[in-house]
Amino acid sequence: MESPYAIEMLHITKRFPGIIANDDITLQLKRGEIHALLGENGAGKSTLMSVLFGLYQAEEGVIKKDGKEVQIKDPNDANDLGIGMVHQHFKLVECFTVLDNIILGVEPSKHGFLQKKEAREKVLALSEKYGLQVDPDALIEDITVGMQQRTEILKMLYRDNEILIFDEPTAVLTPQEIEELMQIMKNLAAEGKSILFISHKLAEIMAVADRCTVLRKGKYIGTVETKNTTMEQLSAMMVGRNVNFHVEKKPAHPGEVILDVEGMTVASKVHKNDAVKNVSFKVRAGEIVCIAGIDGNGQTELVYGLSGLEPLKSGTITLMGKDITNASIRKRSTSGMSHIPEDRHKHGLVLDYPLEYNLILQRYFEPQFTSKAGFLKRPPIREYANRLIEEYDVRSGQGAVTPARAMSGGNQQKAIIAREIDKDPELLIAVQPTRGLDVGAIEFVHKQLVAQRDAGKAVLLVSLELDEVMDVPDRILVMYEGEIVGELDPKTTTQEELGLYMAGAKRDEVKA
Amino acid sequence: MKKNLLKSDAVQSLIASFLCIILGLLIGFIVLLFINPTGAWDAIVAVMKNFLTYSRANLQMKNFGNTLVKTAPLLMCALSVLFAYKVGLFNIGAAGQYVAGVCASIYAALAWGWGWFPCMILAIVFGAALGAVVGLLKAYCNVNEVISGIMLNWIGLYLTNMLLTKVKESTSPYTLHIKSAAPQALLPGLGLGALFNNNQYVTIAIPLAIIAAIVILVVLEKTKFGYELKATGNNKNAAKYAGMAEKRNIILTLIIAGALAGIGGALLYLTDYEQWQCTQTSVPGMGFNGIAATFLGGLNPIGTIFASYFIQHITSGGAYVDKTMYCSQISDLISSIIIYLCGFVLFIKYAINQGIAKSEEKKLQKEKLAAAEAKGGEK
Repeated sequence: MESPYAIEMLHITKRFPGIIANDDITLQLKRGEIHALLGENGAGKSTLMSVLFGLYQAEEGVIKKDGKEVQIKDPNDANDLGIGMVHQHFKLVECFTVLDNIILGVEPSKHGFLQKKEAREKVLALSEKYGLQVDPDALIEDITVGMQQRTEILKMLYRDNEILIFDEPTAVLTPQEIEELMQIMKNLAAEGKSILFISHKLAEIMAVADRCTVLRKGKYIGTVETKNTTMEQLSAMMVGRNVNFHVEKKPAHPGEVILDVEGMTVASKVHKNDAVKNVSFKVRAGEIVCIAGIDGNGQTELVYGLSGLEPLKSGTITLMGKDITNASIRKRSTSGMSHIPEDRHKHGLVLDYPLEYNLILQRYFEPQFTSKAGFLKRPPIREYANRLIEEYDVRSGQGAVTPARAMSGGNQQKAIIAREIDKDPELLIAVQPTRGLDVGAIEFVHKQLVAQRDAGKAVLLVSLELDEVMDVPDRILVMYEGEIVGELDPKTTTQEELGLYMAGAKRDEVKA
Repeated sequence: MKKNLLKSDAVQSLIASFLCIILGLLIGFIVLLFINPTGAWDAIVAVMKNFLTYSRANLQMKNFGNTLVKTAPLLMCALSVLFAYKVGLFNIGAAGQYVAGVCASIYAALAWGWGWFPCMILAIVFGAALGAVVGLLKAYCNVNEVISGIMLNWIGLYLTNMLLTKVKESTSPYTLHIKSAAPQALLPGLGLGALFNNNQYVTIAIPLAIIAAIVILVVLEKTKFGYELKATGNNKNAAKYAGMAEKRNIILTLIIAGALAGIGGALLYLTDYEQWQCTQTSVPGMGFNGIAATFLGGLNPIGTIFASYFIQHITSGGAYVDKTMYCSQISDLISSIIIYLCGFVLFIKYAINQGIAKSEEKKLQKEKLAAAEAKGGEK
């Protein structure tokens, strides 16, 4: 008897040094169904897909195609088995036409000459059959994101793929385009294609998927039929209930408003929608406000706008009563804003500079470090660096002269935190300050944030970690698709409720 | 200890530089062997010996002086390339900025009768102006500095040819001799020439270039400005995050780089060692050789002094190759092969590092294996 499953991944386990990315995960995709794969960041979705594509080899478990066990050693094997994927970031050649992109790698040719006519006919037929409207002669750089995505889908169909994987396909689309995509996916499934839909947006999963498999922290939680479940249940499965550690802190005593953001809009670098849409909020002295949300919902751009790395499209930023909307980065920094950046290697450190030079990165120009003639004052710099190294327990091979590159991630982060906190800011913006750190370092970072709050400073924390969001702040603002969709009190809310807001299943009108 | 020594950046640079030189000489030698095997050894020795070809000490000194005279402008071009490189910019426009300096200094000296100091200042201004164009385009329009630099090299060359035609000899394409037509513009010798068997071309140009190298070293290593520039070169994003004026720094860097190359032009032509040929159709190699000198010098201003001298040494040495056995272009060919190989320093450094990493890994694996075996033995 023929197996009802197009592809099965049974008991897959994949380990990386120090972490089990996939722990005994089973995923069974039926022929002609739309199957959602749901999970937070780091839940193991990408790893599982990489195993399916042969980019990684699983240590345990088997993959079956139509009931028969198969070996997938590299992406070519996956391609031969009819597995295709639309990546979150499209893999298209910008200056080629739609048609050229579709046939790229499988160009039909005769005696070394391209036979584009054949290809064009096949593409047009496919596009008609599945309602995938594209202009084969348009250049990729000139067409909308939606049409680019349809080009990607046609790429898979042109290769006669039977198993289609969509990796967070709606992240870059407008609501109308999402609507269209949903219809396309349903058409494809109706024609017998099997679709795997990776997402963390509950509403979309409920709307389009037949079944849903949920992963959490590398573990298989379960597979449910969407018609027998609710968004609340899915959300609970996704975020779980376990709280790992708790941050000790006294009740907050919020004082005057330090940061006042009014109607902030920031353009996106990746797509044509705005990344931050008309956002307003306040942060007061003596409180920690956390911006929560799933990665890519505008948090990064929000912080870029606040710190001056990106200009605002509209809106105002007021820091301690002064309008800093158009102030330079340096001006913001000297007016009392500190910023622990999201990416410590991109923004936080000059990796080839010694630790001491990195520790003065925000204040090297101050008279204590630079003489009037413009010469660096070496002894005070060394003294200052040694003091920070001592106070914040920054460990490194050769002390102040260690190149930042040679330090561990945790200690690099400690160095940045030391630098930003020692500036004695009125407002501390900390973006994912504990990313990639071990438990001990995480505790240290949280203590520092709370200490800043208790010293009467305003702290704005941006975090993707639910535990952190629940434990550290005094107020939570949830961001979804560039907007603040809810304000929650961590003392009274639950992770389930938070999850609903983060996945866009629930929203309030939030007043600043 | 030995491994630590190999890991030090300075030692690696030195080893890599010497390897490059040896490799260059070897390949040059092979090329000579192919053309005419009997004279190959003598030819390569002549290139290496340069002024030592002469047996008389006073002639040796005089020609040593000549090599130094041409080292000064080369060093300035190398410093120009180096300074920009530290900020992450590749100043291939140094060649054109050098020509701009030549143009300004010769024209001011011959047409307006200016003294050497104002001539040099004008050379700085011209070189800096050319650098500023590249810098402005880079900072505000994101035009690649290599492309705009190369284009400007040619514009600079032909503008120079055009302008200097007004001060050329009536019977030749060469500009007038500064010594006879504008002696006020000659660089002061300060009696330095006496050390080189009364070589009249040896002037303050040489100590000035060395001082410039030291100043560049100090600016890069000891000042706030250098701190900012190197931060920008190493990590543009971090520099922006720290509130450094990224655009201003790019423009300023290329202005300074242009000025350095511009001085180079003045330092050579205000000695009257050479005259400008107004029918020239190629950009002088000085700026391009500066690139090789920068890398051969391990991207260090002091190292660049020695590298510049070496490159000029073999370039001059090429002139002593026996022209009865080889065609007249051979000297340029051999020196350019060696200079070409000089650019491979970074590659060789990379290879050294790879080698160290590999051997360390092997050692580690061996230790692990040994440990595992020891454990097994215990059982």
